[in-house]
Amino acid sequence: MSVTVRIPQPLRRFTENRDMIELSARTVGELLEQLGRQYPGITERLCEPDGQLRRFVNIYVDGEDIRFLSGLATELEDGMEVSIIPAIAGGNEHAPSL
Amino acid sequence: MAQATNAVEAKTRSYVTGLRCRLCRAEYPEQPVAICEECFGPLEVEYNYAALAQVISRELIASRPPTMWRYGELLPLSVPPRVGAETGYTPLVPAPRLGAVLGLKNLYIKNDGVCHPTLSFKDRVVAVSLSKACEFGFDTVGCASTGNLANSVAANAARAGLKAYVFIPETLEQAKILGTQIYGARVIAIHGTYDDVNRLCSEIVYNLNWGLVNVNLRPFYSEGSKTVGFEIAEQLGWRAPDAVVVPMAGGSLLTKIHKAFAELQHLGLTPPARPRIFGAQARGCNPIVAAIKEGSEEIRPVKPRTIAHSLAIGDPADGYFAVRAIRESGGWAEDATDEEILEGIRLLAETEGIFTEAAGGVTVAVTKKLAAQRRLSPDETVVLTITGNGLKTTEALTALPPITIAPKIAEVERLLREGM
Repeated sequence: MSVTVRIPQPLRRFTENRDMIELSARTVGELLEQLGRQYPGITERLCEPDGQLRRFVNIYVDGEDIRFLSGLATELEDGMEVSIIPAIAGGNEHAPSL
Repeated sequence: MAQATNAVEAKTRSYVTGLRCRLCRAEYPEQPVAICEECFGPLEVEYNYAALAQVISRELIASRPPTMWRYGELLPLSVPPRVGAETGYTPLVPAPRLGAVLGLKNLYIKNDGVCHPTLSFKDRVVAVSLSKACEFGFDTVGCASTGNLANSVAANAARAGLKAYVFIPETLEQAKILGTQIYGARVIAIHGTYDDVNRLCSEIVYNLNWGLVNVNLRPFYSEGSKTVGFEIAEQLGWRAPDAVVVPMAGGSLLTKIHKAFAELQHLGLTPPARPRIFGAQARGCNPIVAAIKEGSEEIRPVKPRTIAHSLAIGDPADGYFAVRAIRESGGWAEDATDEEILEGIRLLAETEGIFTEAAGGVTVAVTKKLAAQRRLSPDETVVLTITGNGLKTTEALTALPPITIAPKIAEVERLLREGM
């Protein structure tokens, strides 16, 4: 399935500054694998060593958060748009570093 | 004059050493960026606490004007605030009549429903973030907002002469839309929920040279919330309460109140006792409460369905950190149905004369549950944080038509005879 992937600014240093990439994949997980193969460095940014998505990485398929779909197993169809978006959080260093 | 001099001194030196990633610990210089380039983790402001401890004291703080800036050393500005110089130091109100209903003998309300200038705690975070926006040289600012933040960004930007763009979900209360447009801000409503608004803002921030307070200025913005905790401790006579109940939307306020008490204790400004922190959400949008009750650290996002629009964030950005703060402090979290929220609003109004918005109704309703569950003990000092004003969200309530009579004494006497 041919889909468009939208690359967020912090990852564009790995994609020769491209913000849109066309890829062919059956699931979101497969798409991320392909993206990582084609653009070395991206996988480490998006995923933990065990392959799970990092806590502050959100992925949307046609605007829907994949956590409301089937996660990395979410199936893709021709022409879909996949967005990778860093989650914005404030952090909490509850105790000063002593 | 002494006061003014102290106030200036407090802000002419910054104790910020930079930004640091919460997850991978990568360091960054102070800049308008919220996300770690290495792992996408959130960035946090770092302070030189050793140098700060040499300077700060209860006496110094007490000598300054009653605003949030009396704790200036613990806020991330390099120069005196350009925005919101009068904000903060809201009343900490003893609440014996509400306490009698809930079975809590030492109950207090921290009432940010009267914060200057837009009647919510968001004035604190906006004061810091827009002042920081000026330091960074932005002439255009904005935010993703469920309403209160929109009001505050619009008002404070107007006074600072900054251009403001405010992004809101399409379902917002009329008073909050009017209370944003009136200041001349450009209001853009988005088809969808706050989470859709937030996502859009996370994307556009890279295309525009704007200071979005809760996006690229977020590390600075969220530090402003600490002042709620600082003030509670100072107003209790420099001690932390036993328990604090905090409403949770994205979860940031709760984590920053937790941090505030830790900082005060670390700097020797309060005795070494930390409050248990309790989180409150609406039943129709309770992802953080769900994680607490399940014993999980994973936040499962939800599609919000609640009258508490200001808490309707289905994918709470700081949810993970809020869960950790609640657990570490020995606290808990509960939720309230729409019916319980409305009852909570009325209860606070009828017992303590404070009209809060739906988020405050959530906090009151949850406190009632926590007391009934004996998670709060009758003799403990408990502080309920009220973060917004009920006059902004009157759509949540229905006013009863008043009884109308002729302007005659006999008519009044008749009504009283009939038991009014």
